[in-house]
Amino acid sequence: MILCRVLGTITATIKHPAFAGRKLMVVQPLDEHQQPQGKSFIAVDHSSSAGPGDVVLVMREGNGVRQILGDKMLPIRSLIVGVVDEVDV
Amino acid sequence: MYLGRVLGTVVCERKYEGLEGKRLLVVQPLDHQQEPMGSPEVAVDTVSAGPGELVYLVGSREAALALDPWFVPVDAAIVGIVDSVDV
Repeated sequence: MILCRVLGTITATIKHPAFAGRKLMVVQPLDEHQQPQGKSFIAVDHSSSAGPGDVVLVMREGNGVRQILGDKMLPIRSLIVGVVDEVDV
Repeated sequence: MYLGRVLGTVVCERKYEGLEGKRLLVVQPLDHQQEPMGSPEVAVDTVSAGPGELVYLVGSREAALALDPWFVPVDAAIVGIVDSVDV
């Protein structure tokens, strides 16, 4: 899992049925000092409480996502699984 | 998963079984500011997107899972047409 900052949200009306009712966020990966590192990407929000500016925990592994969401066929790869309160390094 | 802009279409008369009837589009991956990120790629379309549209895609193994049948050689799939990006 990696630390990311939520940059914003994405809205889409026409989408694959697997994305129905799911919140999409644009996230920016961060290093251990919470500085931007690498390319931004899109993640589905499973914490349902993350908002723009929040530091979140993102899982980027499809099998783990399907295990958490309980569907073996989901075409989802990135999932926000936690909102970070504090990082001590 | 990432944003992309549809550039055009690809037509293949002969393709791997399971991919019959699937639309192929050329897509330019974009970052959150909608600036090009890397090189254009070919993706399977599951939402009837058209040239010029802003879409989001899923890559790797998950791309094939967006299709039916799912055991097909695909590594990028368009899974949504973006209405707006608020960043």
